[in-house]
Amino acid sequence: MRARVLVVDDDPALAEMLGIILRTEGFTPTFVTDGEKALAAFKEHRPDIVLLDLMLPGMSGLDVAKAIRGESGVPIVMLTAKSDTVDVVLGLESGADDYIVKPFKPKELVARIRARLRRGDDVTPERLEIGKPGLQVQIDVPAHQVTLNGAEVKLTPLEFDLLVALARKPRQVFTRQVLLEQVWGYRHSADTRLVNVHVQRLRAKIEPDPERPQLIQTVRGVGYKAGLG
Amino acid sequence: MAGPPSAKRRPRRRPPAWPRRFAGRVLDHAIRAATPLVSRFRASLQLRVVSSTLIASTVLVLTFSFVVAGSVTSGLLADRRETAVDETVNAVERAAEQLGQYNSSADPALSQTMQRIVNDLAEDPVFAPYLLLATGDDDVVKSHPVGDIDLPSRELRELVREGSVASQHGTFDFDDAERMPYLIVGAPIQLGVDFELYAFYPLDSEQDAISLLRTNLALAGVALVLLLGVIAALVTRLVVTPVREAARTSQRLAAGLLHERMEVRGSDDLARLAGSFNLMAENLQSQIRRLEEMSMMQRRFTSDVSHELRTPLATIRMAADLLYDTREEFDATAKRSTELLQHEIDRFEDLLQELLEISRFDSGFASLEVDAVDVNPIVEDVVSHHSALAEECGVTVTVHRPKRRVVAEIDPRRVQRVVRNLVSNAIEHAEGRPVDVTVAASDTAVAIAVRDHGVGLKPGHADRVFDRFWRADPSRTRRTGGTGLGLAISLEDAKLHSGTLQAVGEPGRGTLFVLTLPLQAGNRVITSPIPLRLEEEASDAH
Repeated sequence: MRARVLVVDDDPALAEMLGIILRTEGFTPTFVTDGEKALAAFKEHRPDIVLLDLMLPGMSGLDVAKAIRGESGVPIVMLTAKSDTVDVVLGLESGADDYIVKPFKPKELVARIRARLRRGDDVTPERLEIGKPGLQVQIDVPAHQVTLNGAEVKLTPLEFDLLVALARKPRQVFTRQVLLEQVWGYRHSADTRLVNVHVQRLRAKIEPDPERPQLIQTVRGVGYKAGLG
Repeated sequence: MAGPPSAKRRPRRRPPAWPRRFAGRVLDHAIRAATPLVSRFRASLQLRVVSSTLIASTVLVLTFSFVVAGSVTSGLLADRRETAVDETVNAVERAAEQLGQYNSSADPALSQTMQRIVNDLAEDPVFAPYLLLATGDDDVVKSHPVGDIDLPSRELRELVREGSVASQHGTFDFDDAERMPYLIVGAPIQLGVDFELYAFYPLDSEQDAISLLRTNLALAGVALVLLLGVIAALVTRLVVTPVREAARTSQRLAAGLLHERMEVRGSDDLARLAGSFNLMAENLQSQIRRLEEMSMMQRRFTSDVSHELRTPLATIRMAADLLYDTREEFDATAKRSTELLQHEIDRFEDLLQELLEISRFDSGFASLEVDAVDVNPIVEDVVSHHSALAEECGVTVTVHRPKRRVVAEIDPRRVQRVVRNLVSNAIEHAEGRPVDVTVAASDTAVAIAVRDHGVGLKPGHADRVFDRFWRADPSRTRRTGGTGLGLAISLEDAKLHSGTLQAVGEPGRGTLFVLTLPLQAGNRVITSPIPLRLEEEASDAH
């Protein structure tokens, strides 16, 4: 089964080049040049992953990301010409799972896409729990289900992976580098903004008070750890 | 008065030491007590004006009072003397009527007559209340039991004996009266026998008048001085208040509250001051706004250029990569061209990246994303990342790091970039000799030092290495294809952290770069845990 990739970019040359690369690598790309049409194309093609340019005519990339996030948890990788923190963080907060700055090496892009698509490998029944009675998160790993005090919580696959990574070893402190490697599949990167933004998003979904997190705690100078145990 | 002359002269010959010591001590105390006052005095215009007004008016009032009191006193006393002399002359005439009959001082009835005369005169309110009548051979009668002939001074008696009417001031206490000042008028009675009549006129009313005058003068003087002080305070307040307001407003302006203005009241000089101050503030604000707009435009331009250049570059990049991956299928020329294309795109990409970074610094839009992170893994990551390059250059890179974690509030991306620049730079210039990377921390700062033992720096080049596009030796080939902006960006990164990045080097002994960052964001670096000097060590012998 070839993975379907929806490419949302207004630059025809870049889109065509992306098409060549993606096809070479065994994906099935679909192209949209306009932000307005992106959502319709998304609904029509049901892609496995979305490559999204941030600067688009019509609807901005940020709004497209939000709209898609509203529909599904499909992985979104931003293609951005801006590496300023404001732009990157805005993109991540709008729902993108990862970003890649133009110009990028084709191998790098493919590696990112594969990392986002690599999932559902572990089918061994595994149930994880963090928290205490009254504030308990239960994770059914094969079923990709998370419940907070019995009520189901919708997490994107990336948020789910992040939570699982933390919950598998409760009380262990994960550095941002380790999380980048385990969850995003990065080897050498110090861009901890990815981790920070996604931890915030995860907290917003499972913490009663995201300002005073209890389930996912920050360990100053090191990283994050799951819950009170 | 009648002290021995020697006692009087001694202090003049040898001044005693105690006044000097005393004065010194007083001065010491005065200086110590005055120090805070002096600083307040210097700081407050109002205080200065008021105190100088007070001093000047005090001097003026004192002088005036002394002059007035002196002239009034001498006038009063002169009047009194005139009437006293007249009265005494009258008394002399009355006494002469009765004394005329005596021709010898030896007459036994004389002393009785003298006593009677004196008592009569003393009881008569027209004349002085106390009188003293003496013959030439010191036969004295008094109107009053107390006192003796010594009461009038010798000088006065001399004058009277010579036949003139004279007067003298003195303070006496007669039996029934308090000690008070008297005017003594002496007059000769020259008959068959020579007599001297001394009349004591009390000066109590004059003294009362003078002391009243002095009290009034003192009160008026004090009141005047205080009033002048208050007036000076009020007047300076009128001037100082707007000046202080201007100072406050300009402080607020300086603090960035660009909307601060002064209140303009009336049309006097102060209103003009406020008006021109406001004009200045207006101009400043518009200038700053203009600069802000320019900066915004610069930023937008940078951002747009970035986007517009990067999108086509991304296509070129991908195309070149695709070609590069299949270069083995090309003929020799096309293959080499593809390789060149690939390398130059790398360089172009780096250059674009760094130019954009520099322009971000220049437009003041570089922002610090502070995170509390351990510095050690950053350094180790960078070094392990450069292992391929190090191997290629035949350089061993050693990391010396503290065992404990060194958590600093830094922007990890920027610090990683600085360390990357320093390490690649060191490997490139190491000429095959080892490179040492050291991490050290103090209570306030963390330092990362990168030391190579390669070509080193010529004198004066240590600062220039941070210049944009500067090369120590333009003929040197660059293996890593550096852009010439790396160290300039690193320096900006260090500055953004309120840290320092310094270099020292000697030809043939290598170069040392020290990056020092505060452990807490917002603090400044004062000293670095790693001193900036090439240590004397054996590795120079490599």
